[in-house]
Amino acid sequence: MTRFRIIITLAALWMVTDATLPAETAASEEKTDNSIFSKLPPIEIHGFYDSRTGYRTRNDKYEKDMSIMEDRLQLDLSSYPEWGDLKVKGDVIGDWVTERGDFDLREANIFLRPNDFLDLKVGRQVLTWGTGDLIFINDLFPKDWQSFFIGRDNEYLKAPSDALKASLFGDWANLDIVYTPRFDPDRHIDGTRLSYWNSNLARLAGEDAVIHTDKPNSWFRDSEFAARLYKNINNYEFALYGYRGYWKSPSGQNDSMSQAIFPDLNVYGASVRGAIGKGIGNLEFGYYESADDLTGKNPLIDNSQMRYLVGYTQEIAKDFTAGVQYYLEQMQDFSQYKSNLISGPARDRDRHLITLRLTKLLMNQNLRCSLFTYYSPSDKDVHIRPNINYKLNDNTALEIGGNIFFGDYSNTFFGQFQNNTNVYAGMRYSF
Amino acid sequence: MKQILTIILILGLSLPLFAAGENGPSNEVPDVETIVNKANIVAYYQGKDGKAKVKMTVTNKQDQKRRHEFNILRKDTEDGGDQKYFVYFLRPPDVRKMVYMVHKKADPDKDDNRWLYMPAFDLVKRIAAGDKRTSFVGSDFLYEDVSGRSLKEDTHELIETADKFFVVKNIPKKPDTVEFSYYNVSIDRKTYVPMKMEFYDKENKLYRVIESAKVEMIQKFPTVVKSVVSDLKTGSKTEMEFADVKYDIGLKDIFQERYLRRPPREVTR
Repeated sequence: MTRFRIIITLAALWMVTDATLPAETAASEEKTDNSIFSKLPPIEIHGFYDSRTGYRTRNDKYEKDMSIMEDRLQLDLSSYPEWGDLKVKGDVIGDWVTERGDFDLREANIFLRPNDFLDLKVGRQVLTWGTGDLIFINDLFPKDWQSFFIGRDNEYLKAPSDALKASLFGDWANLDIVYTPRFDPDRHIDGTRLSYWNSNLARLAGEDAVIHTDKPNSWFRDSEFAARLYKNINNYEFALYGYRGYWKSPSGQNDSMSQAIFPDLNVYGASVRGAIGKGIGNLEFGYYESADDLTGKNPLIDNSQMRYLVGYTQEIAKDFTAGVQYYLEQMQDFSQYKSNLISGPARDRDRHLITLRLTKLLMNQNLRCSLFTYYSPSDKDVHIRPNINYKLNDNTALEIGGNIFFGDYSNTFFGQFQNNTNVYAGMRYSF
Repeated sequence: MKQILTIILILGLSLPLFAAGENGPSNEVPDVETIVNKANIVAYYQGKDGKAKVKMTVTNKQDQKRRHEFNILRKDTEDGGDQKYFVYFLRPPDVRKMVYMVHKKADPDKDDNRWLYMPAFDLVKRIAAGDKRTSFVGSDFLYEDVSGRSLKEDTHELIETADKFFVVKNIPKKPDTVEFSYYNVSIDRKTYVPMKMEFYDKENKLYRVIESAKVEMIQKFPTVVKSVVSDLKTGSKTEMEFADVKYDIGLKDIFQERYLRRPPREVTR
């Protein structure tokens, strides 16, 4: 329902802004035809049709064998009147796993560049910043972890935000401010498509125990602010970040433990990225201040954390790139956590994670073989993402891939998804 | 004796003048460094900046075609020195609106800085400085063909002075970093446009040819508007056609993150 409202609002905005334009150009050339359509600039239409199918390779008693089966038509409409850019991009989906049709509005925004020091983007948009490769510290824009693990294209990991982005450019530095009037959470794991560790039940669960959430949901009161101050010095990119909002995925429970909640969260961080030797190095950290539980005593709310990331990418042979990252997530007030723990196995204070990305291009770069691996030596779990993509011609691509999970324990981040291990195949026609 | 000395002196002084004259009579042969420097400027540094619409068609041995379209913009930091490139992709559809940006270093010991913007993710990605002799977006052109190979990478030898062309042989100083043993460039004596480049493999066999198929005068600058590269080993061929070429457009510094995320209209049109 809200989606429809947004489309209608945008269409109305389109017409209103167009009608209130200083009418010089339109008035002089269009004397005979005064209909509103004659004033609309041409609309570019692009998009793709994507069809994919995937199955679980292990028996999962809480989920269907079919991990993904969907047809998706994305339409990407853009128009460029003199005063700004208009964009609407949405997916019509036939989902054969949920046996439902759906519409996912990915983007619906207006971009304005009123002067040399300001850019504005208003509406539904995909937002990204930070230096990690499939690891996010200071990028607190919504993610779609469900899409990521069931084998949709990587672009779906980024869920859209309904926000206002103002970018200010100066000689000294540049500043991005993103205001989200109503909290946009992650499209998080909730048991509907992926089985997961349920700490209340102390076992794996899925469709039988779908997570119910109590989400901060009121416009303007439950808002998010994110900012980035950045500067490029000799092609070393420095940035400072700040965020005021909520944990993006459920990170606590209400007192009766019947609903998952999104407690208050503030994040402060910094990053740098630049050339080191033959490759690109990056360094990022963030302090996650769990504002509803500053002392760490409340067992129902996640503690504050420090998060660190260091990464390096290099071309190791022709059309062959390797990237490694080391990530550390460190729980604050660990002794409080341990002494107040209600049930279940305790988490470690430190979660170490290593990632490796290998990408090889073959056959005139029409065949891309890639492998992304997360390995946590502390959680003793692994997530492997192999993918082979072949561009049959300028419009058509074929793809196979997998999401493989291993783990010694069922309660660790990747270990809990073991039974969701899946393989998929897909086809995409772009136009 | 005195007269002869005077004549030699006059000739000696006027020689470089002749060589520098754009369309002057080219009976005199400049030295090889002058030739390659001028050819390099003509091929890669015309004007202070420039833009073009490029259509690139890759045709493989089986006659299958792939078509790319992109707008390319360039700004020189200094003639023969560092440059900045901005490539905005229009085709094929899966790379539409992607932007590739390079801060190119003329010094072969320094690496270029490269970025890629992926619109579906709103992601500004830093790309590791790669092997410059890697295919440019899957075509038979290499990155180095598009943005130029540093003159300092090779030694140059003038091996032939024909009616219309100087033929310069280029031998790499670091042979193990490249796949060729040498390449010959035929440079137009009048315009200094490199008309043909012939690459020889380690067995001294010709395996790769780049030809300037069509040259036009644009704003007084001789400009290659059609370039064809043939890979004799794979039987693959790539044609690059340049349209709407403009020089000295007064390009401001668009080579930064702001314009990667949302390029100005002059780039996207």
